[in-house]
Amino acid sequence: MTVNTAPDKAATRSRRPARNGAGIGERSPVYWLYLIPGGLLFTAVIVVPFVMNIGLSFADWPGVGEISWTGLDNYSRLFSDDTFWTSFRNSVAMIIAMVVVPTAIGLVLASVLFDIIGKRFGARTASTLRAMYYLPQILPVAVAGIVWGWILRPQNGALNTLLESVGLDGLAQNWLGDPNTALPSVMAILVWVQIGYPVVIFMAALQRVDPDLYEAAELDGAGWWRRFRAITIPQIRPEMFVVALTATIASMKVFGPIFVLTGGGPGDATNVPSYFAYQHFFERANVGYGSAIATILTLIIIVLSVIFIRFQARSERKDTGR
Amino acid sequence: MTTTQAAPPTTPNNGALPARRDRHHRGAARWIVLALLVAGALAMLFPFAVIVLNAFKTPADYSNSGPLSLPTSFYLDGMIDFWNRVNFGQKLWNSIMIAGSVAILAVIVSLFNAYALGIGRVKGRLSIIVLFLIANMLPHEALIYPLFYIANQVGLYNTQLAVIIIFTVIQSAFGTYLLASVFSTFPKEILEASALDGASKWQILWRVVFPMSRPTLSVLVVFFFIWTWNEFFIPLVFLISNDKQTIPVALGVLQGDRLMDATTTSAAALLGVIPAIIFFLFFQRTLSRGISAGAVK
Repeated sequence: MTVNTAPDKAATRSRRPARNGAGIGERSPVYWLYLIPGGLLFTAVIVVPFVMNIGLSFADWPGVGEISWTGLDNYSRLFSDDTFWTSFRNSVAMIIAMVVVPTAIGLVLASVLFDIIGKRFGARTASTLRAMYYLPQILPVAVAGIVWGWILRPQNGALNTLLESVGLDGLAQNWLGDPNTALPSVMAILVWVQIGYPVVIFMAALQRVDPDLYEAAELDGAGWWRRFRAITIPQIRPEMFVVALTATIASMKVFGPIFVLTGGGPGDATNVPSYFAYQHFFERANVGYGSAIATILTLIIIVLSVIFIRFQARSERKDTGR
Repeated sequence: MTTTQAAPPTTPNNGALPARRDRHHRGAARWIVLALLVAGALAMLFPFAVIVLNAFKTPADYSNSGPLSLPTSFYLDGMIDFWNRVNFGQKLWNSIMIAGSVAILAVIVSLFNAYALGIGRVKGRLSIIVLFLIANMLPHEALIYPLFYIANQVGLYNTQLAVIIIFTVIQSAFGTYLLASVFSTFPKEILEASALDGASKWQILWRVVFPMSRPTLSVLVVFFFIWTWNEFFIPLVFLISNDKQTIPVALGVLQGDRLMDATTTSAAALLGVIPAIIFFLFFQRTLSRGISAGAVK
């Protein structure tokens, strides 16, 4: 409490006679001092590396020795690189697995949990079920990958054994090792990981919806489906945007599950941009090429975010205009 | 216990017949819905169940009767073996140390930033907040090589300090954004009253703003801790020696090498799952409160 910084004291002294009550302390330059530690760290850890990365994307560099500047070579090479296109195609698969499917299922689950289970079986039942669906979300992705990699083992794996025990031997296979099933398997795992996120957020969102709306609809004889479409979806649209945006960004950045489960393979069947960049940075010593991949990935994420936010702003305007 | 509250038993407002038929119909349907949801929830938990089932099996038991049978004996040696082989206690400590330091430091940095942006309303605060928001979206791949290079140059490569610094900044980018918007609605009268009492900015921060925002700050501490605990990519690149790795990195590398047999993998997975479940049980309240706060802001 006696700890005090000199500039602070000076500011307090100079400010007191100057202002007359209203807006005391507003816009005082002293506040800039509080941005110094954060600003320095931010510059060193985010801004400088980010700019360096963009710079390196115009170079050919193995990580040591001379940097040779090659202009747009990396980018033109990328556009004719099949792996590059495969990895971004797989990003679309990641969006389906982490955004589209979980959001759709999550909406239904949250609405049923809130509107039917919570009301007919008590809030306790609803929150217990919610916790069960949320559990995979708290696992480190690497650990989730180990769990599933183990379940999907071709020999003696739990899934294959389960299929055999119910007489579906024909379906048993090398889930992660076969190029035809590797991507769908990874997608299914990501759905499992991701589903709790929209459920929890949508249920929280439903709590702020006026219960009278539901009650009135119910009295009017609207069934669950009608209430779902006419009340639930429009009311929690802001949260749907938040979930869709954050999950889309996360799905563009998927790395851990790929590293642990498939290493991008078989072939490039499950390669994704971040793993593709990692390979060039740390396995093939193509730093410039890796930087170009990372730069394009960043660009796509920013463009997607801008589109999302635009879309959200427009739909909000439409709402208030109505 | 199960307070079936706020479930108005379909008030018999008009025509008794349709109302009753409706109730009967819903009565059956809701049990079906409940059964479906429970089945779904159990399917979600299936992987955890299989892991627990096999973590305590002898390798022979596993190869004889497969992964779905009950263990014939309670076999702890596999897990103890694995614990000692990878020095799991040390990995646990590394994870706690890194995630704990980041949680505290990142909250302090966020608090300072947000004090200037949300309460101080410094010029250009909107663009600064947008900058933090963009930083939060950036893929770590777009920073990793320069970070790796710089860390090498300054002798921080393969140190936990480097990971702590990096995640302090990354987490505080989100914390700044969230706290700044929380602080922008901070009651002005209180700030003005303390300023009139002669409190300096530093004193206002610690004696007024800090205590009043403690609930939000504690949510952030929990978030930062768990997020950092779960991080994989940057620790994987930065922590190459075994004795410095965190739990996810150590397990991920082992799995990537595919050197573990089935029961060991299962024991390893269980060891990775347990801390997460402990956090979950501890912090469930805070988490769901915080998640909803994060969603609306």
